[in-house]
Amino acid sequence: MEFQIIWFVLWGVLWGVYFMLDGFVMGAGILHNLLGTSDGEKRVMINAIGPVWDGNEVWLITAGGATFAAFPTTYALMFSYLYTALLLLLFALIVRGVSYEFRGKGEGDGWKKGWDMAIMVGNFLPALLFGVAFGNIFAGLPMDATGYHGSLLYLLNPYGLLTGVLFVLLFLVHGALYLAVKTTGDLNRRALSTAGRIWPALLVVAVAFLAYTNFATRLYDNYLAKPLLIVVPLCAVVALLAIRIFLAKGKPLAAFASSSLTVLLVVGTGLVGLFPNLIPSNLDPAYSLTIFNSSSSLYTLKIMTVVAFIFVPIVICYKIWVYRIFRGTLSIDDVEADKQAY
Amino acid sequence: MDVVTLSRLQFAATSAFHFIFVPLTLGLSILTAYMETRYLVTNNNIYLKMTKFWGKLFLINFALGVVTGITMEFQFGMNWAEYSRYVGDIFGAPLAIEATVAFFLESVFIGVWIFGWNKVSKKIHALSIWLVAIATNLSGLWILLANGWMQHPVGYVLRNGRAEMVDFMALVTNPYGLIKFGHQILSGYTVAAFFVMGISAWHLLRKNETEFFKTSFRMAAVFGLVSTILVALIGDIHAVEVAKTQPSKFAAMESVWETRRGVGLNLLLVPDPINECNSIEQICIPKGVSLLAFHSPDAEIKGLKDIPKDERPSVLPVFLSFRTMVGLGTLFILVSIVAVFLSRRDMLEKYPLFLRMLVLIIPLPYLANQFGWIVAEMGRQPWIVYGVLKTSDAVSKSVSVSQVMGSLIGFVLLYGFLGVIDIYLLVKFARKGPDNDLSAIIKPRGQEA
Ligand code: HDD
Ligand code: HEM
Ligand code: HEM
Repeated sequence: MEFQIIWFVLWGVLWGVYFMLDGFVMGAGILHNLLGTSDGEKRVMINAIGPVWDGNEVWLITAGGATFAAFPTTYALMFSYLYTALLLLLFALIVRGVSYEFRGKGEGDGWKKGWDMAIMVGNFLPALLFGVAFGNIFAGLPMDATGYHGSLLYLLNPYGLLTGVLFVLLFLVHGALYLAVKTTGDLNRRALSTAGRIWPALLVVAVAFLAYTNFATRLYDNYLAKPLLIVVPLCAVVALLAIRIFLAKGKPLAAFASSSLTVLLVVGTGLVGLFPNLIPSNLDPAYSLTIFNSSSSLYTLKIMTVVAFIFVPIVICYKIWVYRIFRGTLSIDDVEADKQAY
Repeated sequence: MDVVTLSRLQFAATSAFHFIFVPLTLGLSILTAYMETRYLVTNNNIYLKMTKFWGKLFLINFALGVVTGITMEFQFGMNWAEYSRYVGDIFGAPLAIEATVAFFLESVFIGVWIFGWNKVSKKIHALSIWLVAIATNLSGLWILLANGWMQHPVGYVLRNGRAEMVDFMALVTNPYGLIKFGHQILSGYTVAAFFVMGISAWHLLRKNETEFFKTSFRMAAVFGLVSTILVALIGDIHAVEVAKTQPSKFAAMESVWETRRGVGLNLLLVPDPINECNSIEQICIPKGVSLLAFHSPDAEIKGLKDIPKDERPSVLPVFLSFRTMVGLGTLFILVSIVAVFLSRRDMLEKYPLFLRMLVLIIPLPYLANQFGWIVAEMGRQPWIVYGVLKTSDAVSKSVSVSQVMGSLIGFVLLYGFLGVIDIYLLVKFARKGPDNDLSAIIKPRGQEA
């Protein structure tokens, strides 16, 4: 019993950290053409995420792998039920990954323009699709004894779309703040003002999301049963407000820390409400996938717990080390002086 | 076409494509790390130039290895949901471990290596490419333990309507997986060695940077000789393991129809699957197959006729792929011997024909890799997990023909497009030759204003 709960927590941590880290990559990528007015500025933005984006994406691979190993039935059904949505997601991630590497290596203006577009689309689609997917998971999928009764169009219901918009706006603010921390001069000013301008929209959508959640999902049941849990969404709201306060005070690093926390806590808010379900059925709760009816054997969970408790801290240590090495800002001169840069 | 056929096609296409890039990554990461280590030890700039030149090609190749890998992991759930549900308890573990211990390491330190030339010390920089090289090979270990389990399932019981793990150590020490790993990384080293030799040969023919490319060539030739000999030796052990654990695959590899003792090896052989025999059998090495299979001349080989028809793999592709792979392996050893000999005596330029041949050979180790996988995977059919689960029972139930048709077409188009671009860039930068301006690296850049 306890091992399933440990793995639910770990599962949530993996997704939360993934969105926190890849969220700013996606946000910065969507802003790529909007903020960058010259090739130099665009290169600064790409190089600002250059050393870390692949490492951030691996959190997704690990979250997927952990779902497979700890909750195989959920992995199997979730991935096959959401087939088309995941396919689009995959294509977008593939295009995004190669465009960073390829953009600087071809000839001519058209080449770069093409990959600039690819960076934007390849970051926008995943942000939206992840939001839609998680919205639908919160609300539950139409599944029963005979299988799944949804489709790609079904997923685009109002609540799913609202969650998608929430993710996009959240990542936009998060990404703009990351760029603000990493850049100087004009680009820095534009990034800061963009974050400031998107923030009110984010606030509105976040409030709408919290309200709609009450009607579209059963997430609040857990909060009603254990009112203490309310601290999670409360902290999310505080972190969201803190972004605005630190922006006004001209403290981009603190604002970025707040947006990181916001992402973590938004994911946390959803998952606390979901527990112990992984994917609820909105047709008949008897067919919900829970951490108990879809988990691996106790033996496998134990092995995986040992692996996770040894290696995840090691990973976190060297990741922090790398973020420290690449701390500081980047300018156009830096990027142009460095032949290895993207 | 049905969902099973389409899903198989898609899995074959996407894994074959992933596997165009993986072998070079496995080998070239090690060669690049070795070059940078030579630079560290000798402080000779030629090694720094080598690190940068071959490292750039490594990165262009690496990019597609990474992005096509995510597809692989997603597909188990998307297309093979019944498989994932049935064996996830034991098969999911190595995949999750691979991500945790290998992918993080390599993706983080590749960033340090690309962007850290002026940020970390020379030693840490060289260490980071070693960590990348170790991690890519480690990722191979875990994925091949996973695949080894599908080939020869161990350490599980059938319980609660699925295969549950009861012995993790059996999974990790599964000889099938470990042999596969050894054979696999060495075939990756072979690809990298021939890649470096071929490109060096191209430049030597044009007298570009002769010192640089001779040094690269010499390094690759030795690496190649060791790898090609070992890949064949381990390949032989591999065949023994197949004969022991998967008689149906082995019979298809050698096209043996009747169960007999002391089976001879026909160098010239044409299988006739319809009449369940071989239409041509010539130049026989007496007891050859028995020797190969069990290292014993009188060993009994199970023939295909003694295996139920619906449990036989299709003979022709398995047989032909196996023959071609082994033939190519033998060729690689011979070429490597000549390459080491000529490069040690500094006689390469006297044999332009040999150099030209080396350029043309570049694709062959890639082909040998693909053929090897066709043997392994098609030879395992109709089983997805040998003896436990049939491929036809493993497919996702909720996925429709049009969905898989759509995704298959999408993959072919997207991968085709990216493959063309990647090869274009590889050729472009391979032709351009090394960059002689090392100033940006050697003198530390000023702090940002
Ligand atoms: C440069 C590439 C290369 C070369 C020269 C060879 N192989 Fe190989 N072989 C592979 C690349 C490869 C591979 C791509 O790495 C495979 C596919 C699956 C695997 O694990 O390794 C493989 C598979 C494979 C299998 C089937 C494994 C299975 O069914 O699971 C056997 C029996 C051999 N090899 C044996 C040989 C022998 C006797 C060789 C003699 C020269 C040889 N290989 C050369
Ligand atoms: C990367 C190199 C690989 C190549 C080129 C490759 C090739 C293939 C091919 C040709 C098939 C189709 C066989 C058929 O349907 O007749 C196949 C199927 C499959 N392979 Fe592989 N494979 C590779 C690696 C792997 C690995 C490492 C795994 C597991 C960890 C794996 C798991 C599967 C599965 C699940 C199928 C689908 C079911 C089946 O047809 O057996 N493959 N692969
Ligand atoms: C069919 C099963 C396979 C799956 C599920 C799989 C999974 C993956 C994933 C998720 C990545 C991306 C990692 C990243 O983003 O950094 C990747 C890349 C890679 N995989 Fe595969 N892979 C498969 C087959 C293989 C095989 C058979 C090998 C080698 C023996 C291999 C070795 C590698 C290497 C060396 C890379 C290159 C780049 C990197 O590691 O990041 N893979 N694979």
